[in-house]
Amino acid sequence: MSQDELIRFVIREARLLDEKKLDEWYELFTDDAVYWVPLAPGQADPMQHNSLAYEDKLLLQLRIERLKRPNAFSQKPASRCHHLLQAPEVEKSDDAKGEYLTRTQMIYTETRGDDSQRYAATAWHTLVRIGEKLFIKLKRVDILNSDAALPSIQLFL
Amino acid sequence: MARYREDAKALAALVEPDRVHRDVYCDAEVFQLEMERLWARAWIYVGHDSQVPSPGDYFTAEIGAQPVIMVRHTDNSVRVLMNRCAHKGTKVVYDLSGNTGKTFRCPYHAWTYRTDGTLLHIPLAEGYATTVQHRGLAQVKSETYRGFVFARLASDGIGFREYFGDSLSSIDNLADRAPEGELEIAGGCLRYLHNCNWKMFVENLNDTMHPMIAHASSAGTAKKLWEGKPADTPKPMAIEQIAPFASDYKFFDDMGVRVYDHGHGFSGVNFSIHSSYSSLTGYEEAMQNAYGAERAKKILGTVRHNTVYYPSLTIKGAIQSIRVARPLAADRTVIESWTFRLKGAPDSLLARTVIYNRLINSPMSVVGHDDLHCYRSIQEGLAAGGNEWVGLQRNFDPAEAKGGEITANGTSEISMRNQFRAWKELMA
Repeated sequence: MSQDELIRFVIREARLLDEKKLDEWYELFTDDAVYWVPLAPGQADPMQHNSLAYEDKLLLQLRIERLKRPNAFSQKPASRCHHLLQAPEVEKSDDAKGEYLTRTQMIYTETRGDDSQRYAATAWHTLVRIGEKLFIKLKRVDILNSDAALPSIQLFL
Repeated sequence: MARYREDAKALAALVEPDRVHRDVYCDAEVFQLEMERLWARAWIYVGHDSQVPSPGDYFTAEIGAQPVIMVRHTDNSVRVLMNRCAHKGTKVVYDLSGNTGKTFRCPYHAWTYRTDGTLLHIPLAEGYATTVQHRGLAQVKSETYRGFVFARLASDGIGFREYFGDSLSSIDNLADRAPEGELEIAGGCLRYLHNCNWKMFVENLNDTMHPMIAHASSAGTAKKLWEGKPADTPKPMAIEQIAPFASDYKFFDDMGVRVYDHGHGFSGVNFSIHSSYSSLTGYEEAMQNAYGAERAKKILGTVRHNTVYYPSLTIKGAIQSIRVARPLAADRTVIESWTFRLKGAPDSLLARTVIYNRLINSPMSVVGHDDLHCYRSIQEGLAAGGNEWVGLQRNFDPAEAKGGEITANGTSEISMRNQFRAWKELMA
């Protein structure tokens, strides 16, 4: 995979979130993928330490299906999100194994009605190539102030 | 304009046996009085002694918006002190936690205190001697029960045992679930900012008429997703934990609720949404080895839902997690969610606790989102004219007023009425 292909993948992933094409977004993940938002800066362990989110595909599906339900009351009015990305950096690239790691600095904004919240964050995409296509094996998003008292964050960073 | 501070009758009139006036949730003066009276006179949860294992270890917190330090003194006892230098008022420690050695040293003018709060040293002390009272860091009355450290700001008032009474059985059950009988805070703290009054959160914990409605979109969806899977698929812990929130009215009614004097109580007298969890390899065996088969069965068979230690602490024994309310303003509260490692239990227990905590108590929880949406919506809805009262009437029985331990059907609103009886007493 060229650096350009990896970068385009990460940018497209964020765009699907911003455009709320969540079913399409879900298809970017491998069956054993995890979406992780750690609680502690530099957190190494998701099992014996609390996280803001640590979700397998079943839980991601739950979030996505819930957002479609008319009785998801906290989505009246619906939230919107915006990922402002810096150019992703390719941290690791192993064509023989088909494994890649990118690091992307971003400003994430989520709004609902008159409320708006904004986070500085770093997204780490562990990507794998299956056939000719890239998939996400792990998306980890470190929020700069992840251990602060935070309001509801309802969409995907 | 002070409407309530000087008018005891007006303040008392906010709480009737089966309804409360909206000012208890919305009024800034009532909130200020709550901090000065209720939160100062009640026993408030500060932290767990496992957070300060060695002498000099400290943890900082707030009680009713006042900064305090929980510290392990050189004699190994746990003390609670005001985090305020006797000189100009600087907080003597600012980190959430750490080790201060044998003394606290103020960063401003180096006034130094022992870890029991007594003054040790002032630079050039003779210059101050005639003009300043060297009082040290004010000591706060505290009690430690099975590791849970509570403090009462008021120097005189109700004793610890009298205040909590038999409600302490829920803390016992939580600690007894450790094969070694001891708990240890582990895994960090989820902090969720709630733009609502603290009581909306505390009342909701034993409000069993809301899960099937407010959580239909999360728990209901989880149930549906799971029903679509092949029958032999192993059930993930997350589904085991989230799906029971969609149980029906009969389930929650049959759970039962029990209240005690001074606002405490729990639902899940008979069983709870945590009763059907799969057993974890090695845990029951460790419990039987520690306690014997019969007693182990009794401990693990007590599966309460939420126990409220009014007003600050709520615990879930069966999950080994606690939630702590830290009020900031009438419409602003931080909810801290802490998790425990059970000493002597396999790691899978903490793993289960941590899954539950992020599914339910994280700022990213799809369950929490709908709860908080409803609280915030109440905070705004109460501004409406035409009805200044909030109803707590469900299954009201005037005989409740006599107090004491009362067990009722699980969907009764008795736990909220019971909390407001305590509120009225502590606010007078």
